[in-house]
Amino acid sequence: MAIDKSMNVLIVDDYKTMLRIIRNLLKQIDFNNVEEASDGAEALGKLRTGHFGLVISDWNMQPMTGLELLQEVRQDAKLKTLPFIMITAESKTENVVAAKQAGVSNYIVKPFNAETLKEKIEKVLGNA
Amino acid sequence: MHDKLVLDAGRFAARLDQFRQRYPASNPDLVAEMVHAVLGTMRGDLSATETALLGEIEELAQTVANARAEIAAIGADDITESHIPSATDELDAIVAHTATATNSILECCEALDEVMPRLTEGDSQVVQNVVTRIYEACSFQDITGQRITKVVATLKAIESKVGHIIDVFQQDRDQRTAGKAPPLPPEGPVDAAASLLNGPQLPAAAMDQSDIDALLASFD
Repeated sequence: MAIDKSMNVLIVDDYKTMLRIIRNLLKQIDFNNVEEASDGAEALGKLRTGHFGLVISDWNMQPMTGLELLQEVRQDAKLKTLPFIMITAESKTENVVAAKQAGVSNYIVKPFNAETLKEKIEKVLGNA
Repeated sequence: MHDKLVLDAGRFAARLDQFRQRYPASNPDLVAEMVHAVLGTMRGDLSATETALLGEIEELAQTVANARAEIAAIGADDITESHIPSATDELDAIVAHTATATNSILECCEALDEVMPRLTEGDSQVVQNVVTRIYEACSFQDITGQRITKVVATLKAIESKVGHIIDVFQQDRDQRTAGKAPPLPPEGPVDAAASLLNGPQLPAAAMDQSDIDALLASFD
């Protein structure tokens, strides 16, 4: 299935450098409509007022973590099927299990490479 | 304590001999009887064993006082007032400097992204591959930042514990004897969500992407 790369993608991270890196990597694979948020609460506000086809979120943020954002998204009638990729340094089994149980679409551990990001996005959007 | 009692009994016998030599006409047995009678009147207050125990307690109190004085003398306040704040400031500066350097590198890469369309297809691909690798490498700043944040949290925990110990030793004597030690500093949150915020793992303990993919696949 062809992936619509004109969709809006929301990237969420409290490190501005990381947002910049992910934005540039997305641009390399032709995702040019990218918005940013610095924590889960800001992201949730944007998701509820905008139209997004994909969320790529860090986990460890304040005041709302990526996991809490994912849980809010899955409980929201309008957002519950939104593809959601977690990109995080949290690499313990309990973290992956918690994210999966909360409904994460895929999980990328930092540090990651561009190929992994591309592969996971294609897998998630191909299944959407 | 037993040795001390034996020593006290020996001293008593020596004093009795001295008394006998000084007053040869006196009856030592009568003197001993009088001494025991006097001691007997103290039985309700302190026995010889209790007196010896009191001496031991006084020695212990002196040892504690000496330890307190020694801790005060080594300037433990410096740890919380100077050393740890200085160390955390240095670590914060490392994060700030690496962020600045990383952003400079990213600006250079973005400049290369801009000129790529003007290159030949082959050159453009080479530049893009190099730029991609630089982007990937620059994510070190996020990881090191999180690791340093963990170290800073550890330093703050040590600062809190040391501060607590200093507080205990600086309490008023009456408060200490009344057992009113200051409360222990509060520990961090232990709720379920917080327990999942572990930060980056050391390479030997971390799962890599293939481990995570396998774990996710096990749910399907």
